[in-house]
Amino acid sequence: MSGVILEADDLHLRFGGVQAANGASLKVAANERIAIIGPNGAGKTTFINLCTGYLKPQSGRVVFNGQDVTRLSPQAITRLGIGRSFQIPQLFLDNTVIENLLLALSAREGSWSPFLAVQRHPKAEEMWALLEMVGLKETGNRIVRELPEGMRKLIDIAVALALEPKLIFMDEPTSGVSSTEKFQVMDTLTRVLDARATTAVFVEHDMDVVARYANRVAVWTGGRIAHQGTPEEILSHPEVRETVIGVGV
Amino acid sequence: MARQLVFGLALIAALAVFPLFSPWSTVILTVALCEGLAALGIMVLLRAGQVSFGHGLFFSFSAYAVAFLAAAKVGHEALVLIPVGMAASGLLAAIVGLFVVRYRAIFFGMLNLAISMVFFSLLEKLFPITGGADGKRVPRPTFAGIEFGREQFELATFYVTLVLCILAALFVARYLLSPGGKALEAIKSNETRLEYLGVSPRKVLYGAYLLSGLLAGLGGAIIALVSGHVTPELAYWVRSGEFVFIAILGGIGGVAGPFLGALMFQIIRGYAAVYAPETWHAVLGVMLLIIIFFAPAGLYGIVAGKGGKPQREEGGR
Ligand SMILES: Nc1ncnc2c1ncn2[C@@H]1O[C@H](COP(=O)(O)OP(=O)(O)O)[C@@H](O)[C@H]1O
Ligand SMILES: [Mg+2]
Repeated sequence: MSGVILEADDLHLRFGGVQAANGASLKVAANERIAIIGPNGAGKTTFINLCTGYLKPQSGRVVFNGQDVTRLSPQAITRLGIGRSFQIPQLFLDNTVIENLLLALSAREGSWSPFLAVQRHPKAEEMWALLEMVGLKETGNRIVRELPEGMRKLIDIAVALALEPKLIFMDEPTSGVSSTEKFQVMDTLTRVLDARATTAVFVEHDMDVVARYANRVAVWTGGRIAHQGTPEEILSHPEVRETVIGVGV
Repeated sequence: MARQLVFGLALIAALAVFPLFSPWSTVILTVALCEGLAALGIMVLLRAGQVSFGHGLFFSFSAYAVAFLAAAKVGHEALVLIPVGMAASGLLAAIVGLFVVRYRAIFFGMLNLAISMVFFSLLEKLFPITGGADGKRVPRPTFAGIEFGREQFELATFYVTLVLCILAALFVARYLLSPGGKALEAIKSNETRLEYLGVSPRKVLYGAYLLSGLLAGLGGAIIALVSGHVTPELAYWVRSGEFVFIAILGGIGGVAGPFLGALMFQIIRGYAAVYAPETWHAVLGVMLLIIIFFAPAGLYGIVAGKGGKPQREEGGR
């Protein structure tokens, strides 16, 4: 595969009696949109945690752009250009939406002068533009705590995108988003990702979303990939249809 | 914002003229401002959700540094002794900080307490050097090269302290609005996300710790000069607890809070000593209860019109 930017190789991690990663391997090429599907408890979130430094594997390694990042901290990995959003949004709840983004901007730009008000960051407009792109401009001055889960999901992703990562992991970006709005949200995200040439790996439960927005699908079961291929291949695969998607889908 | 500004200016103006009408208040007000500085340091850490029960360490370290230098006639000038004392505490905070910023919540609080208690007992036990429980006298230094009499010296110190407090408060206010200040709040609200912004929470907290040590050091240096005497009591855990008390009483919503708290604390202490010498700690306790239940944003919250609600258990993340 040409242009591989991330390679996770044979990751193992055991929590007590649970083998949450059991030989998980994945190669991600630049500009791919990889959907990870699989039942709850398959180890999808664990895989993201391993790739982004939140968890360290007991064996195996993660290489990003030729650099071994297996043992690096989330901070170091983030600075190398891997961003992530969370299954449960991780935001600064008592701050406004724009402040969440402005802190991300400041982190990206290394703007730590104690005399610079975060609101007056010279590139603050860029964050308003990002908010507008994801359709949340009106919420900019709202306190995050007051917003519904669906919006928080999107803000969580916007915060990750504010860092301009080369690769972003999104853990169930459309969960908590109503089914009528899922396509709209994914259209928006895809547009931003395309505009910035950002590679994306996302966990998704909605097969319509997978069919429409992924160019490759990895089926997770028991802490590793059981099948992978194009959406057409995977979604028509009899075994996957039965075990992961459920009969009748 | 306007209301806070007006209030801040009114507070400064009132403080500035008060000693002119009642000279007896000069030293008390200076002491209150010194404690306010230390409480301002506590407030900075509280923004990160961390409480230090050991900032008497930096308060006393600076005070003793000033006492030694003044006694040794090395620095016999207040305007030199103050920054030097402050720098000494800053240096100590730079060392202690390396260690404590790895911990959070109760561990952070208790570690600070433990280190300050070690220093307290050193001050008490190393009698030949520190003068033990009796402490050390601090000879009155010159002020801007001038040998003042006692009252003029006190007055000059008060006004310099007031200016330093204003500068410190302005700086902290700017800092809290800056990305570093927001990152500091992020330690309280979501450290995970902060890490995933590529920011080291430890570094952020370390910076804040350094600042809080410098603020407590500034207060300590001045208190050594105005009281003319330092004792281990400055390092005692009760003193450290008072700083936390003052910060909560005054409120941490704005930089005027700790100073309001310190003034109120001095008023209570002053009156209680006269009217309720046996029960004044009870007065303080009741006061704190009232604040926690009815005005959790502290006196500043009342003045700035931000009452707030007492923080209770989090409703699941
Ligand atoms: N920090 C943890 N401690 C213990 N067990 C965990 C932890 N994180 C995940 N697990 C377990 O690992 C398995 C995989 O979890 P997870 O990666 O969250 O699955 P998924 O995201 O695919 O639903 C589950 O059985 C889960 O209970
Ligand atoms: Mg999951």
